[in-house]
This record gives sequence, structure tokens and C-alpha cells, in this order.
Amino acid sequence: MSEVNASMVAGQRGTVEPFDVARIREDFPILRQTVRDKPLVYLDNAATTQKPQAVIDTLLQYYGAQNANIHRGVYRLSVKATELYEEARRKVRRFLNASRVEEIVFTSGTTDAINLVAQSYVRPRVSRGDEILLTEMEHHSNIVPWQLLCEQTGATIRVVPINEAGELEMNRFHELLTDRTKFVAISHVSNALGTINPVAEMVAAAHERGVSVLVDGAQGVPHLPVDVTAIDCDFYAFSGHKVFGPTGVGALHAKYELLEEMPPWRGGGDMIKSVSFDGTVYNDVPYKFEAGTPNIAGVIGLGAALDYVSAIGLSAIAEYEGRLLDHATRVFSSLPHVRVIGTAAEKASVMSFVVDDVHPHDVGTILDQQGIAVRTGHHCAQPVMTHFGVPATVRASLAFYNTTAEIDALATGLNEVIAVFE
Amino acid sequence: MMNDSMELYQDVILDHNKSPRNQRRIEVADRKAVGYNPLCGDHVSVTIKLDGDVVSDVAFEGSGCAISTASASLMTESLKGKTLEEAKHLFERFHGLVTGETEQLEEAEGMGKLAVFSGVCNYPARVKCATLAWHTLKAALENDDGKVTTE
Ligand SMILES: Cc1ncc(COP(=O)(O)O)c(C=O)c1O
Repeated sequence: MSEVNASMVAGQRGTVEPFDVARIREDFPILRQTVRDKPLVYLDNAATTQKPQAVIDTLLQYYGAQNANIHRGVYRLSVKATELYEEARRKVRRFLNASRVEEIVFTSGTTDAINLVAQSYVRPRVSRGDEILLTEMEHHSNIVPWQLLCEQTGATIRVVPINEAGELEMNRFHELLTDRTKFVAISHVSNALGTINPVAEMVAAAHERGVSVLVDGAQGVPHLPVDVTAIDCDFYAFSGHKVFGPTGVGALHAKYELLEEMPPWRGGGDMIKSVSFDGTVYNDVPYKFEAGTPNIAGVIGLGAALDYVSAIGLSAIAEYEGRLLDHATRVFSSLPHVRVIGTAAEKASVMSFVVDDVHPHDVGTILDQQGIAVRTGHHCAQPVMTHFGVPATVRASLAFYNTTAEIDALATGLNEVIAVFE
Repeated sequence: MMNDSMELYQDVILDHNKSPRNQRRIEVADRKAVGYNPLCGDHVSVTIKLDGDVVSDVAFEGSGCAISTASASLMTESLKGKTLEEAKHLFERFHGLVTGETEQLEEAEGMGKLAVFSGVCNYPARVKCATLAWHTLKAALENDDGKVTTE
């Protein structure tokens, strides 16, 4: 990728500033490598994102000079580690525009956060006859925790269908939202299709009926400015590794009053004020949901990742990725035998597609030979695959460090695929 | 670029993917099993007709990638006329070949067309595609519950 061009995007206040992608790529050491003597073209950002040097340095610095357990030492190192950990919580609050820092619970990721909400908030509130409303485009991690909950409580799951473009059928959403609905869980952005859902509108409709809503933001935070106060959702979950931070860490934003009402989900150290065999006093929100030694380095690294993307600016990122998506859409429309799955009007930079008569795994292997990393499979969204009548798709998911030249390399790779199988 | 792709996608594999042999179901089968690869959603069923302990007919059905389809097709071709013991032995050899557990040249020798899969061991993510039909065959031969997954 020698000729990456700085493309122009509209900056704050309507001025035009260059989005200097060549400069940004230098922040990501992994992008310098070659695969089979070809430059790595990393297009699997919906699975996990690469890490900027700032995040890597933060982890090195933590383990090299700051490591100690938190919330329990009187010595300097432990106090410092605790400060760094709590500072990261403030960064997450700011990043999501949450109203209080206590509303941020650190988890091991989106999956962990959804399970926490299902077990601690929803489980005590539902029984047979009640319904949990999901959508057809959910990731398995926003399906299976609810199925477990239904097995435990006798509640049932209802599903908002999607149309041929991969958008929610909003009239069906409103019809399915009834007196039986006790909870709604929806993704902000679909990992398999790229569709951006009208979450604020859905939250408002649910709230009119007194129903709480969880938004799975795993694919929201990497692509869009997220404001949980504006969305007004009750819960918002995301993973650090999908927003250029470390693996094994994530966060749940929850409204303070709800966290107050919720019982702890896991017991252990750190989530208590005092323990005796006669009874235990739980710690305050949010600590009562953070049992055991957390992923301290991960949390601090997540804070560094949020600093990094905030410095670029999520609006600038969304704008630039919109241009990438337009370019990709144009290039794909001229490729024979390629069908794009997911053509929503509101869409993040995800291209899911199938190639006529060629299985996605064969496409993936041939692209890999050209150094191009794409995901092939069902993307943990088997109901979406069923809807479109395909066993799997190929998915190129773009981040702000990708370039139009990389999309062109993908197109060349796809022509190679078609040539091999002709 | 073409050459890289051809290491794995040899002509024989592309041919068997395009026109698979014995892709059908033996209605009155003596042995059968179904296999499923949850990673890619591929599934295959294998049906076998025996004449004593000799495989007189073998067929497969299912959908999958080029590697798994060609593997199933070539498997059926290479099994006809083999005894149950020989079939099991061929499974072991094929498995060794594609997982790279055994010396390739030595292993590929005498395997006929199946040797085209020797490139698979350089693609660890694709070994399961090449072995799905064979694992299903093994289950059919052993006549256990007849269901396998390769994960
Ligand atoms: C939309 C969506 N939700 C949830 C998840 C689960 O995230 P994690 O595996 O980090 O918990 C993912 C990740 O693939 C996702 O894309």
C-alpha cells in the first residue's frame, strides 16, 4: 500500500481537514507486516481491531512500572494502579456521555455484560408468559444469554424480522412490543450486515410501555459517536478489543437507579464491604458487579484506546469510513458474480457478500494468499444467514486505517477467485 | 498469484468440485452417517452398500466448499472395491497426509489421485474441510450413532 492518499473529510465546524490515513497507519505496527510477501490487508475489524502503539505502550508501561492489585493496598504502587483504573472509568463515562461515573461497570466484554444484565436485572423480573424482544440480526451473544434466561424462567423470545436490505421491519417492531414484552435487547450496528439500527426511536417506543432496553454496542462504538444520554437506553454494552483496545475487557453502561436495584451477579473479593458467615454487606455500585481482581491492565489499555480514537474524533472516523463504504459499494457493483448481503440505507463500513458458486471458505483462502484477511463463515449470526438463504458469507469489515487502495486490492483478489473457479 | 492458489486448488480438485462423482444417496444402504462442520455450516452424508465385507457402492450428499466437495467425491471413487479393513486403513493414511503428521512423499505414494490433497497441510484452517467426508465415512464404517462433527 504505497500510494495511500489522504482523503479530505469535513472536520468540525464545516471546515475541510485532511483525514491523514497514511499518518494514522503509522500508529499501528501490525499493519507494517507482510503476508506471503504481500502487504497485510486487514479487513476483519468486526472480529477484532488492531492496536495503536499508544495502547501497546500503555500495557508495557503498566506491567513494566505500575503493576499492583487495586482497591486494597496502602502502598504507593497500589494507589497508583487504582488511580489509573478509576481514571479509565471516567474515560469510558466521557466517551459514552454517561451522566455518572458509577454507571460504568467493567466486564470482560460485551458477552459478559449481556449475561450480567440478563441474570441480574431481567431474571428476577420475568416469568412464564413474559416476552423478551430481540431482532433477527443479533449476534449469538445477544441471543443465547436470553435463551438461557428463558429456560430458567419460562419466558419466551420474540424476534423482530429484517427485510431484504437487512433493515429491521420497524412496523413489526411496534406490533411485537406488547404488554407481554418485559425487556428489549437490540444491536446498535449489525456485525454481519453493517446495518445501523434506529436505537433511540426503539428505546423511546419501549419506554412508552415501561420496558427497559439493552443496546449491544459492540459494533457501535468503533464506528459512530455514541451518546447514551441521547439514546436514553437503560443498558449499553461494548468490548474493548473491537475499539482498538485489549482483549478480555469491556464495559457496561447502566442507569444508576437500575444498578442500585440489581443484585450482584458474581460473588467474591472487591464486591463486598464486609463479609462474615452471618451475612455479607455488598459494595456500592459499580463495585458490587466487579467481583475478583479485574483485568486491570486491560481496563487501563481500554482507556488509552478511547483516548486514541477520541483524539481522531468519532465524527471524522464515521465520515471517512462512509467514504470507504461508498468506494467499496461502487467497486463491488462492478464485480461480476458477487452479491452483497446487507444493503441498508443506514450502514456502517461492513461488506458482507457471496460469490456465485464459490464457497466463502474458498474465497477466504484465495484472498489470504494475497495477504488479504477477511472473515468467512456465519459471523456468529446464523439467523441472518438463514434469512438470506446462505450457509455463510465473506465479510470485509473496514476501520479508519483502511484505504481505498486496500478495497481495490480486495477487488483484484476477487477477480482472482473468479478466475480460479471459472 | 495464480501459482499460489494452484498449490491448493489443483485441477483435479477443481474438476471434482465442479462435477462431483457419486453425489447421490444409496436408498437401501448397509452403512450410513452424517457429518457436520459447525465452523462453516457444511454438512455431508455418506451411504455405503456392502457385498460381504467389500464396499460395492458408496455415495455422498451435501454442500460445502470446493475442498470438502472434492474430498468427498474423490473419497467415493477411491473406496469402491475396498474391504472394510482397507477402507479404514485408507482413512488413516489420508488423515496423515492432510494433517502433515506423516512424511508427505512417502504417504502420498500409492494413494493415487488422493495425493492432490497433500497441499492441504499447509492450510491448517482447511484441514477440517478435507477430512469432513472421511470422518463421516469412519463413523459409518464403525456404525456408531452415525453423527459426527469436525470441530
Ligand atoms: C454485534 C456484536 N455483539 C456482541 C459481540 C460479542 O463480543 P465479545 O465476543 O467481545 O464479547 C460481537 C463480537 O463479535 C458483536 O459483533
